[in-house]
Order: sequence, then C-alpha cells, then structure tokens
Amino acid sequence: MSDKEPVKSIITPTRTEYTYTPGPSAQRSLRALARGKLVGEICPSCNQVYYPPSGACARCGVATRDEVEVADKGTVTTYAIVRVPSENIDLELPYCTAHILLDGADIPFFGLIQECEWDAVRIGMRVEAVWKPESEWGLNAENIRYFRPTGEPDVPFEQFKEHL
Amino acid sequence: MRDVAIASFAQTKYVRNQVELTEVDMIIPVIGDAISRSGIPKSEIGFYCHGSSDYMAGQSFAFVGAVDALGAFPPIAESHVEMDGAWALYEAWVKIQCGEVDSALVFGFGRASMGKLRETMNLQLDPYTLGPLGIDSISLAALQARALIDAGKTSERQMAEIAIRNRRVAKDNPNAQVTGDFEVEKLLAEPTIVSPLRKHDCPPISDGISAVVLAAGNHIGRGESKPVFIRGIDHRLDSHQLGGRDLTRSPSTKLAGERAGVHDGPVEFAELHAPFSHQEVILREALGLGDEVVINPSGGALAANPMMTAGLTRIGEAATHIAAGKAGRGVAHATSGPCLQQNLICVLEGE
Repeated sequence: MSDKEPVKSIITPTRTEYTYTPGPSAQRSLRALARGKLVGEICPSCNQVYYPPSGACARCGVATRDEVEVADKGTVTTYAIVRVPSENIDLELPYCTAHILLDGADIPFFGLIQECEWDAVRIGMRVEAVWKPESEWGLNAENIRYFRPTGEPDVPFEQFKEHL
Repeated sequence: MRDVAIASFAQTKYVRNQVELTEVDMIIPVIGDAISRSGIPKSEIGFYCHGSSDYMAGQSFAFVGAVDALGAFPPIAESHVEMDGAWALYEAWVKIQCGEVDSALVFGFGRASMGKLRETMNLQLDPYTLGPLGIDSISLAALQARALIDAGKTSERQMAEIAIRNRRVAKDNPNAQVTGDFEVEKLLAEPTIVSPLRKHDCPPISDGISAVVLAAGNHIGRGESKPVFIRGIDHRLDSHQLGGRDLTRSPSTKLAGERAGVHDGPVEFAELHAPFSHQEVILREALGLGDEVVINPSGGALAANPMMTAGLTRIGEAATHIAAGKAGRGVAHATSGPCLQQNLICVLEGE
C-alpha cells in the first residue's frame, strides 16, 4: 500500500441517449420558421406574447394556444461580447450574443449580432434578422444566421424596461 | 402536531410513450384539476413543491421548466426535490407543521420514455465503484429477487401471483397502463429478462403526472371529497452500498413504519410502491402486514410506474380509497433508489 501512488482521480465514462419531442407549441413554431415566419403564442389571460412559445404563460400558469406572428426585427435589451471559447460552440472569437425584443413579442429572444463593431453594440439598438438562403431553411432556429443593425434610431430604455 | 389532510388528488392516465405533449403541457391540466377539486382558490395555495429528475429529460435544470406551469406571478413559495413526488409531499407537510403555510400543492412528473430507463437508472448509483460497472435497474432488482428466493422467502410462482393480482385489480383503475387477467402457468413459461425476473415481475415504463393538495386549518373540508388525514409520515434510508445491505430485508421501511405509527390502529389496506413483484414480499414483512391487509387496491406500480411520481400516486390512490368510503385507515408507501434503498411511509385515516 505505502509504496503505491495514491489514486487521485478516476475517469468513468457514461453516456445516455434521449429522444426529444418538442410538444405542440414548439412544433407549430418550428414549422412556421421553416416557412420564414416567426410565430409565437399569446396568453389568453394577460395577453403577453411569447416567442419562442413554450405552450404556457409562466406568469399566469395557463396554456397558450393562439398564434401571433412577430417581426424578424427588434431591439437589443442586453448583450455580451464573448471572448472565451466554449465546448460545442463553433463560433470565431470574439462574438456578440444579445437578448432581442422582437417587435410584437413581450419577452426577449436570444440571438447573435454581426456586421457591427463590438464597441458599437448597445442596449436599445435596433437590429434585424439575416436569414439563410430560403433553399437552406429547415425546422430549426439556425434559419436565422444572425442579427445586424438596422440604422434606425435607438429605442429609449423606458419603452422596453418591462420586457427584460 | 397539526391536522393535515389530503384535500384532493389528480393524475394523468399513464402511458408508455407520451410524445405529443411537453411536461408543462401535461402538468397544467393536472394541477388545475387538483386545485379546483381541493376547493382552495389558487391564490390561497401557500406552497408549491414538486419531485422530478433531470435525468429523465436529459437536460440540466429541466425541473425549473415545470415552474412555467404554476403561474409564479405574483411570486410564489416554491421548492423541488430530485426525488419522487412523495418526498415533495413530505417537505410540504413539514412546512405546514412548522406553521408557515396552511395549504400546499404537491406534484411529481416524469417522461421516462425519453431515455432508456434501465440505463438512466444506472446514474443514481455511486459513481466510483458501482455505477461504472454499468449495472442497470432490472439487473439490480434481479439480484435482490434471487437473494429473496435463496432465503426461502418467496418463489418465482409467488412473484407471478403477485403480478397477476396487481394487474387484475388494476382493471378497475382507469389510469393504469398494464391490466388484465393472466394465468400463472403461462407467465412462468415465459423467458426471464434477467433471471429470476420475467417481464411480468417488472414494472411498465410509464409517462405521467400526479398531484396532491394538502390542507390544514380552515382549508380542511373545503374540497369536493372528504378530507383524509395524514396521521403519521416518516422516511428512512438504507446504505447506498448494495454490498453492505441484506437485500432480503428493508430496515428503513420497518423503521419508517414504526415512526409513522402504522400499527397504532387497524391497517385495512396498503398501497405499496413495489415496482418489482418480489419487493411486495419484502415490504409486507417490514411493515408487519398480515394476510388480512388488502394490498394495492389501485394495482400498484406493476400496473403503472411513472418514475418520480409513482410513490406520490400511492399516497393519492390511498387517500382516494378512504375518501370514497372503501376503508377507514390505510398505509401508503413510496420508494426511491435501487433495491428499495429509501422508503417513505404515510399513514392515512378518514374523518
């Protein structure tokens, strides 16, 4: 015992596989996305519009079913410039991730920002989606490559402070 | 001790593979049903607690998604256990005993079908010595069944008879998944999955949700059905090192049963969370339940075993049985971990 190196760590590989089904709301939204449309859902109780839809209003705890189309442009509500590499993320560093309040939605949507100097990204900035060519659209969020500035005037914080 | 009553119980029908709906889609109607039948307005529910496992969904923090179903604005008091919903009920009961709240919604959910359950359950084992062996849940249960047979405490025939009885009475349970009349000779002619366990000795893989509303103080008696009181509740555990246990006995069940006061009154029936047929034998012995005690009026976990809420469902089914006037006093049991590692006992009584 004493002449042996102590065991300091062991590696025990494990792997589990899952079959994931998105449920009715995400399915409808993904099918719309494959047609180039951003379709969210509205809460029947508080009228908040959710994109992407989860099938429920977390505020009210009720099911959402009525569809509402939202715009593919919106306002940056917060952002980060990422300079640290991460496993499974195949993006050139640095890159900019942002919460974008799409016009017509009540909660921000997660997107990348490009075609812009990093020190020019700011809260309140107006951005629009840059889509892949239509021939490459599929049932996934990658149909939108990224968002870029529209050049419109910034939106004052007061106008979106309830939608962070 | 405060009087705490089960005010209502709601559940889904249990199915092998729920692919149409998300967990949140499934939770909203079930908890809505439970709250509505409790007679307690949602705004007066003092505490929410649920049991689930992220390993079922294969996503870290999947349990947080369930909060989307609760309507958490204005802010609510909410908690979660990475355990069967029966332990969520225990947490809520403690909170009520502490006098912090007078009502609670408790639920558990799981879609075990999303992964490969036998393999998923390996991940609950200790990650140093047992888990890396790659042993799955049915193999572990088979070790226990073999030990029980070798000890002369059961037989493959008795195990088949247990499965037959549970699935026969489950014909009256509209939410059960595996029901029907089976013949012992035919079952014993089937091949084993992992010796000595045959398919009928193993629980079905079930997707589903169940929910209970607890009431105390002025909330008792507001519901559609008669309140059923929790007269005792306790949970205990045995070593997670299976090699350090006598798998033919369940000391934790015995201790929990004594602490919960199982025999402080007559035990008319018991809802035992015995996912594998032989485990019913171990639990009966640990709880000292004689032949006069009716076991599993609902059909038990051999008829439907929704992972992470089959234990809560036992409590709910027992309460429903009493509320319907079919019995006056009974015992509900929940288990978690390999080979009956952790056990919860809840003694229920009508008015």
